[in-house]
Amino acid sequence: MNWLPAAAVAVLLGLAGYAALFLAPTERTMGMIQRIFYFHVPSAWTAFVAFLIVFVANIAYLLSRASKWDWLGVSAAEVGLAFCSAVLVTGPIWAKPVWGIWWTWDARLTSTFVLWVLYVSYLLLRTLVSDAERRAIVSAVFGIFAFLDVPLVYLSIWFWRTQHPQPLIGGGGMDRHMWPPFLLCWAALMGVMVLLLRLRYRLEALRHEVEEMKIDRERRKAMAS
Amino acid sequence: MKNLESLMAAYLVVWAIFFAYHLTVARRLARLQAEVKRLKEVLRQS
Repeated sequence: MNWLPAAAVAVLLGLAGYAALFLAPTERTMGMIQRIFYFHVPSAWTAFVAFLIVFVANIAYLLSRASKWDWLGVSAAEVGLAFCSAVLVTGPIWAKPVWGIWWTWDARLTSTFVLWVLYVSYLLLRTLVSDAERRAIVSAVFGIFAFLDVPLVYLSIWFWRTQHPQPLIGGGGMDRHMWPPFLLCWAALMGVMVLLLRLRYRLEALRHEVEEMKIDRERRKAMAS
Repeated sequence: MKNLESLMAAYLVVWAIFFAYHLTVARRLARLQAEVKRLKEVLRQS
């Protein structure tokens, strides 16, 4: 029954797409282009959840030194990066017709870009350290530091003057008819995130298995010679 | 229907990102599964 969660997420995605494009009310000033919001903002929230998983996994690794936390951390970082990339691409597509420009270096946009760079660095850093334990420790410390940018991204709207619309919670809010499609889209993207995270975690566990088998092979070779 | 092309482009790009990412993970997974199979065979023979 491995296909069941994927089928459930596919149905959820179909419903979310239909709700966002056809059921959600058209925003009065921006018109159709505002519907990007139904995948732009949930992608950002999903990326935040993924980075929170990285943060928790990194702390858990430093406390327990159990490899599974390191695997979860790197998996969630990569998946979160995919969602953060979706945010950084859909934002400018919305901004061009609404603001007249693709990009501006204001607080929200810059801090989101910095967030993306931080997690790219997290993944690059891992490729530079060959020893598995050292790699896990170094990346865990960096991952904890990188997460500090997440609240900064959300709060940047209040800390600095920005062109970006106010956040939904604690900010500008939105029409009550927009909430159900929005929450449906977020649930669908969270489903995608869980599926990708499971797959990526399996990859990391398998990588560990290969490393163990290689060590075993070398040991047997040494014993035979 | 103003900006419909931009809206469609945004949706397509989002799915392209997730699809491409899924594809890379699935490929890496398949490569590792083949490696595990090969190593198991090597270890069985030694």
